[in-house]
Amino acid sequence: MALLELQSVSKNFGGLRAVDEVSFQVEPGEIFGLIGPNGSGKTTIFNLINHFYPVSGGRVIFNGQDITGLKTHQICQRGIGRTFQVVKPLKRMSVIDNIIASAFLRHRSMGAARRAAEESMEFCALTHYAKQLARSLPIASRKRLEIARALATQPKLLLLDETAAGLNPSELDEAIELIKQIRESGITVIIVEHIMKVIMTISDRIHAINHGQTIAEGSPGEVARDPKVIEAYLGEETHAQSRGN
Amino acid sequence: MRGRIVALIALALLIVFPLEVKDAYYRHLMILVLMWMTIGTGWNVLAGYTGQVSFGAAAFFGVGAYTAGIISFKLGISAWWGMVLGGVACAIIAVPFGMITFPLRGAYFALGSLALGEIFRHIAIIWESLTEGMVGILIMQTFVSKLPYYYIALALAAASVLCVELVARSRLGYYFVSIREDQDAAASIGINTTRFKMISMTIHAVMTGLAGALYMNYMGFIDPEVVFSLHDISIMAILVGIVGGVGTIFGPLVGAFIMVAVQEVFRTAGFGTMKALSQFLGWNFLETLTKYIGMAHVLAFGVLVVVVIMVLPNGLVGDWKKLRRLFIRG
Repeated sequence: MALLELQSVSKNFGGLRAVDEVSFQVEPGEIFGLIGPNGSGKTTIFNLINHFYPVSGGRVIFNGQDITGLKTHQICQRGIGRTFQVVKPLKRMSVIDNIIASAFLRHRSMGAARRAAEESMEFCALTHYAKQLARSLPIASRKRLEIARALATQPKLLLLDETAAGLNPSELDEAIELIKQIRESGITVIIVEHIMKVIMTISDRIHAINHGQTIAEGSPGEVARDPKVIEAYLGEETHAQSRGN
Repeated sequence: MRGRIVALIALALLIVFPLEVKDAYYRHLMILVLMWMTIGTGWNVLAGYTGQVSFGAAAFFGVGAYTAGIISFKLGISAWWGMVLGGVACAIIAVPFGMITFPLRGAYFALGSLALGEIFRHIAIIWESLTEGMVGILIMQTFVSKLPYYYIALALAAASVLCVELVARSRLGYYFVSIREDQDAAASIGINTTRFKMISMTIHAVMTGLAGALYMNYMGFIDPEVVFSLHDISIMAILVGIVGGVGTIFGPLVGAFIMVAVQEVFRTAGFGTMKALSQFLGWNFLETLTKYIGMAHVLAFGVLVVVVIMVLPNGLVGDWKKLRRLFIRG
């Protein structure tokens, strides 16, 4: 049974159909990539899964249960964690306090929450920054903080929104390694990513969208060869030329 | 650790104070300071820790005071029961009010809370059969001496501070601060933001209500313009909070001292020095001017807010290090 299933999910912003009947299934234990050009609706899909926006149509099924109408915090309690493309650290709290705040979801006592937070902090290699204020962190560490905070809620499914954007090449490799480790720890991952190196290396399957509509789904190799995907990324004319040659 | 020592020394000084100072006037001022410590501490939970700036302290202060007054005046029950029932009444009001206003964010919540205070002021004026309207409520005070009131006010202030100290170090405190820093991030880590804002609001409401009930017992007289006053209660609560420093345990305590002193300087025109000066110099206009300045104390409060926000955005306690550097260098 799929861990997460989107059934013809749609979202209208006024007259704009940002997401148009998108359906996909994410199997337990996989890394599922979501790609598409700028403004194609990837982040909107994340915002629909964890109910930052209500859906305009369709259903979201998680772990066999319909979670379409649940509130954001309830969805997190069910086991879906997320990070934000534009990072949202709790700025005037230290790194460890950021993570403790989210560890309190599963642990009632301060001691237990702190231990869980330390574990998650170490996993994301942030121990060095523990006592620094979150706002003083460099961008790569802020992205790690997002992940550490999401992991501390003990998710079954983790939504990573452009975790690799803005990282330098060595940070990029570390990010890829981290995402692989997260999967190995038994957490299913959906990633939205612009950097092809990242998404092509680590995804088991990729779902491509453009203008809010599904254009392809399959293994990274299949999706990369799909004419519709090439067209969406490179534009029709270029594609026509390359076919002509 | 150092904070705890400072707190214990401060508590010891406050316990000894009325035994050493017999002057009723200074005892009275200190009772007001302790009352404002309680209100400021409650306001700080909602605004300082949770980030929801309340302009509605007067609503809860007035409801607490009127609960104490009405049970005594109408039902003949001791007004001290208001210290329990006033808190309960405020909690009951806080829940529906929170449900209406917490979908609002930032300035809109502040405006909603401001409206709440004004609504209750008008209810108290209009519903004469319950509240005696503008005539106000007069009750017999229990004690002649100020000493018992002082220690009750001290106990209330100490209990409030202890309560906030415990909350700040717990899951609740972490959730409050998370909501202040980023509501969306807070929701995404599983925090029910509406519920925890509600809890924070209830703490604010109950502490302010208890202070109101104490005020009724202590002063023996209330009317709507006094206890539901926008500037003398709601704005004052904000000033106590920000002058001392929002989001710190000691901020409202320092703020209470300063603001009661500032208020008193305006009320008495510099403890009568201006009057003495005008008589000494024979300049009558000085006395007239002083009268106008006294009436314009709300304006002065406004100027004070601007100065504090510009110079010490984190308040005296929050910017203590900055202040100390300034003095050592100077």
